[in-house]
Amino acid sequence: MTKQGLYESQKLGLWYMVAGLILFGAQNLFGLLIAYQYINPDFLFGLLDFNIGRILHINAMVVWLLLGFIGAIYWFLPIETGRETVGIKLGKLAFFVLVAAVTVVVLVYLFIQIGPGNQISLWFINEGREYIEAPRWADIGIVVVVLIFLYNVIATVIASKRLTGIMGVLIVDLVALAGLYLAGMFYTVNISVDQYFWWWVIHLWVEATWEVLIGCIMALSLMYVLKTPRKIVEGWLYLEVFLVFGTGILGLGHHYFWIGTPEYWLGIGGFFSALEPLPLVAMIIHAIYDAGAHKLRTVNRPALFWIFAQAFGNFFGAGVWGFMQTLPQINMYSHGTQLAASHGHMAFFGAYVATNIAVAYIMVQKLRDPEEKYVFDSKLWKWAYVLMIIGIVGMVGALMVAGFAQTEIERAVGGSGWQAYIDAQLHPWMAEAMWWRLGFGFIFFIGYILLIIDLLTIGKNKEELEVLPEAEVSHA
Amino acid sequence: MEFGWLEITVAAIVISLILGVIFTRGSSWIEPRFWKNIAIVTSLVMVVFLLILTFDTLASIKMGNGRVPEATVINKKISYVYDEQKRWYVPKVSGEEPLFGKIWSEEEALALINKGKMTIQSKACMDCHTLLGNGGYYAPDLTKAWLDPKWNLLIKDMVGANSKEEAMAKWIQHPDQYPTFQRKMPDLGITDEEAKAIVAYLKWMSAIDTNGFPDNFKADEQ
Repeated sequence: MTKQGLYESQKLGLWYMVAGLILFGAQNLFGLLIAYQYINPDFLFGLLDFNIGRILHINAMVVWLLLGFIGAIYWFLPIETGRETVGIKLGKLAFFVLVAAVTVVVLVYLFIQIGPGNQISLWFINEGREYIEAPRWADIGIVVVVLIFLYNVIATVIASKRLTGIMGVLIVDLVALAGLYLAGMFYTVNISVDQYFWWWVIHLWVEATWEVLIGCIMALSLMYVLKTPRKIVEGWLYLEVFLVFGTGILGLGHHYFWIGTPEYWLGIGGFFSALEPLPLVAMIIHAIYDAGAHKLRTVNRPALFWIFAQAFGNFFGAGVWGFMQTLPQINMYSHGTQLAASHGHMAFFGAYVATNIAVAYIMVQKLRDPEEKYVFDSKLWKWAYVLMIIGIVGMVGALMVAGFAQTEIERAVGGSGWQAYIDAQLHPWMAEAMWWRLGFGFIFFIGYILLIIDLLTIGKNKEELEVLPEAEVSHA
Repeated sequence: MEFGWLEITVAAIVISLILGVIFTRGSSWIEPRFWKNIAIVTSLVMVVFLLILTFDTLASIKMGNGRVPEATVINKKISYVYDEQKRWYVPKVSGEEPLFGKIWSEEEALALINKGKMTIQSKACMDCHTLLGNGGYYAPDLTKAWLDPKWNLLIKDMVGANSKEEAMAKWIQHPDQYPTFQRKMPDLGITDEEAKAIVAYLKWMSAIDTNGFPDNFKADEQ
């Protein structure tokens, strides 16, 4: 244990979260850059083109969210198992390997960017498959790091001789998550086969295994923030797993409408993906029920409010915005438009960014108030919270307007040709939306800066904090 | 596969329900154990269905099996026509149409489109363009780019080419010199060989049966 009463595993979890939050900043900056390039396409033209900025924006997001998830699990693992994590030295080594690998990949993206059309480029520069562009050597590195993490989780649970429901779900989910990544590590000339398995990584991560993973992290967070009994969170978790996997696995079919795959996917994908909002409704009810049952009494206000943002953001972003375009009759026209970007921004913020921020606040509380004597609170977190939510909702709204315009002008009326694309991009409904998106992007970024300042300062001045009633002080 | 989407969907749900009832006997719906067993059963049933569908799908999207063309389709004329029965557009392959003035053998054609695919990945095309509708939204969709009328209407004269494929290959190599609106494509250092390969890949891709996507596409009739 460290001086603050932290397990080594929690210290490692904190490192992961810090690295993640730094990458979150990079994600924001590259997002602002490419948002500006929509308005001024000559900006950094030929130096840092849109495709490279977009790779950095989205890859930074994927990696930071994963770092946050791994951090969250290293944090909760000793609490859940009652012991130090097994293989902690290996875990620390894996952390440094991962940070070094991410640094090299980013430098290659920035300074080499693209290569000639051969296998060497795919192995060492850029694999060019959207969202998982990291070159193959880095893929192998990611798999090794995840396997070390998986080993640590399983070995710790075995050593503790105690398998809780949450840990059981977590282990099964992590095995699936790691295994699915392998589906993205091959080359084929056939683009239909390529995209078929590419979606196994993208969809079955984001709309299945990641959702269950944050179900586990949220269960652990609610037990901490609201002291919700284990029996209740585990019952809900199983219900969520049933609904996420029950709808999400064949819901994968909504990506198989137009990639050359057979017609039966139109019906299967449409039907199951239309049900995908169900687990998100369950998650909302769960969070609100628990908070209501505890009359909003919490040990950590910012964490609780980020949990609310998570429940609502996940439901609206992933559920409602996803549902809006998931049926094939609509998707025929909305597919590949800014409507997908609108959905993506809201869903990732709601489901995953909010989760990581909630956990970051839980971590910081333990650092500043190890004995949990106070209700963790500050003035600044509310500013960060409000600005980030206004920022994301504004961006999502602007992209939605742009997306509907593009769906109509380019796809439905224009027939998706080159000129139809240009006509839509030049239409004021699209062109002006890009300005709004950039403006709200800046608001979001200010929110991010305030968030970081708050995480660095919250709870330092104990006089500002409300003392927790004696009955609720945890002496664990 | 002989089954339609509705049979498959109903089967997945009914099997989940029956197994769910069997494996939750004796526990009340309010107990975590009930939902745990339901979750395990449903997840396993869905995974089994996905695997079965995957085998079927992979067989039907193998190159040359109907939905996805053979590499030698680059030697054929491709068009995009409305199918009255399906009520959506389908690619139609007819007659010979040499690419870059030659008929490519099976091996040559495969090597060429393979080079095209690798170049498309190496240059991160998909982070501006969409292919089969997937990718970035900063540049036009390339699913049916081979059939786009703009190559013949505008680009051919712009770059001084004699054929559509030559126009495409020239334009792709120096797109920054021939902008079509404020947003230009950067010079990605594409070689002559790579440009031809990309053109071949786009021609091959335009013959994939994409269930009518994109709808209402105004294909080049020339």
